[in-house]
Amino acid sequence: MPKTIEEINKKISQGKVVVATAEEIIGIVREKGVKQAAQEVDVVTTGTFSPMCSSGAYLNIGHSSPRIKLGGGKAYLNDVLAYAGFASTDIFIGANALPDDDPRNRVFPGEFNYGGGHVIEELVAGKDIRLIASAYGTDCYPRKKLETWLNIKDINEAVLFNLRNAYQNYNVAANLSDKTIYTYMGILKPRLGNVNFSTAGQLSPLFNDPFYKTIGIGTKIYLGGGVGFVAWQGTQHNPNVLRTKQGIPKRGAGTLSLIGDLKQMSPKWLVGTSMIGYGCTLTVGIGIPIPILSEEILEYTAVTDADILAPVIDYSRAYPQLKPDILAEVSYAELKSGQIVIQGKEVPTASLSSYPRALAIATTLKEWIQKGKFLLTKPVVPLPGAGSDYTTRPLKERPIED
Amino acid sequence: MIVSKRIVLHFPSRLVEKPIVYRLIKDYELEFNILKASIIPDEEGLMVLELRGEQANYDSGIKYLTKAGVRIQSLGQNVLRNEERCTHCGACITICPTGAFELDSITRYVTFNDDKCIACGLCLKACPPRAMELHF
Repeated sequence: MPKTIEEINKKISQGKVVVATAEEIIGIVREKGVKQAAQEVDVVTTGTFSPMCSSGAYLNIGHSSPRIKLGGGKAYLNDVLAYAGFASTDIFIGANALPDDDPRNRVFPGEFNYGGGHVIEELVAGKDIRLIASAYGTDCYPRKKLETWLNIKDINEAVLFNLRNAYQNYNVAANLSDKTIYTYMGILKPRLGNVNFSTAGQLSPLFNDPFYKTIGIGTKIYLGGGVGFVAWQGTQHNPNVLRTKQGIPKRGAGTLSLIGDLKQMSPKWLVGTSMIGYGCTLTVGIGIPIPILSEEILEYTAVTDADILAPVIDYSRAYPQLKPDILAEVSYAELKSGQIVIQGKEVPTASLSSYPRALAIATTLKEWIQKGKFLLTKPVVPLPGAGSDYTTRPLKERPIED
Repeated sequence: MIVSKRIVLHFPSRLVEKPIVYRLIKDYELEFNILKASIIPDEEGLMVLELRGEQANYDSGIKYLTKAGVRIQSLGQNVLRNEERCTHCGACITICPTGAFELDSITRYVTFNDDKCIACGLCLKACPPRAMELHF
């Protein structure tokens, strides 16, 4: 102690590396203590599998003959609108995008059975995707219409590029009103009928590295069943929030922007998702390895559900009206017990994040590292940390006068 | 021996206006609880029932229904979980009115007990990956 990433990678190449999941490390530290565990364990693997709305993919479809310039035109993938504001053959499909003729919430609550997240899942699954595009035509790109099947194996690039993933902590959603509400946090029954939460708790990547000491820009990760990288801090990254004594954020804090080659990912780990009354999204599987470079880093990875506190927010009023009110703070251990007590009432809990799938991701990543298939990287640049002036702000709205 | 079963009855349109269920009480001494019913004149009718009574009476009652032309399915066959699509998140657990979904406290897998299911269909649209399917 302390170790370096180069030393750990050498051990990985020699097949001598010791890896534990973020769940296993809790027991190891209890049994052996921080000092010995930090000497013995080289890497701790984390995992999460949750709906993550700010996800999407860009594609380069290759040039048609005659050529067409999609940029400035319109492109649809299986009737779902893709963004065509780049050069001639690049398009971006966002997880929340919908077909133009989807009824949305006109009949409330809308079902949102098919959207951008589902297109990404089907593309990754190797299914043919219908592209219908129109353009205005130029001297060098004369074609105005294009209707064709696309397959991921035939197009030049298909890259998952998510603007905000892996939220470090998240709201627990409740409903104080007298009617059922339909939110991105699921169906919330009236008068505190239930609450929903959405992180993997003790397995979740950024809970295991609360001060971003190892996870940074350039970190190699498990993404959607394949390999990806941390591209940047995610949007709304907010390191300066209330933290527990151990440093665990008590509110939504750090986020990650992730990138990876969609061609080597799997539909099992990128699942098109429908939130009734809200919209379509993509459930994303992420796993991040944490190199145990010091006892301090190991101590962070031993975080348990009992150490993690999350705010309970009323999604009938406080959330939509952007009020800071919090109903309670509850631990993940309480949330996972199946019920919590709020305002004297026993309220059943449910998760939108799959813990068994998060564990499967952490275990797969562990196996990749043990088999020498996955080497660790050193971040190129750290993420903005606690104490930096990086923050997230509400919109500064300024009415436009005629 | 007393038995209690949840079944789905399909009534052909010609039977919709006949007092079939009444005969189950009168002639076979069966108790019933209607969990769901969709009976429209001149169309196929559908009823989800919980039937309770002596095994012998139950068997005779079912025989009577079948003879009368009612098609019978057990309820558990109607709501299915697509195991490939289920991610075991747990969003269904607090939505189900009968507690048919339970979280295994060790593995944290979500179990689906179809004998508790009353085929109300609430879970279908509450399931984010749309893993629940209704087959009548």
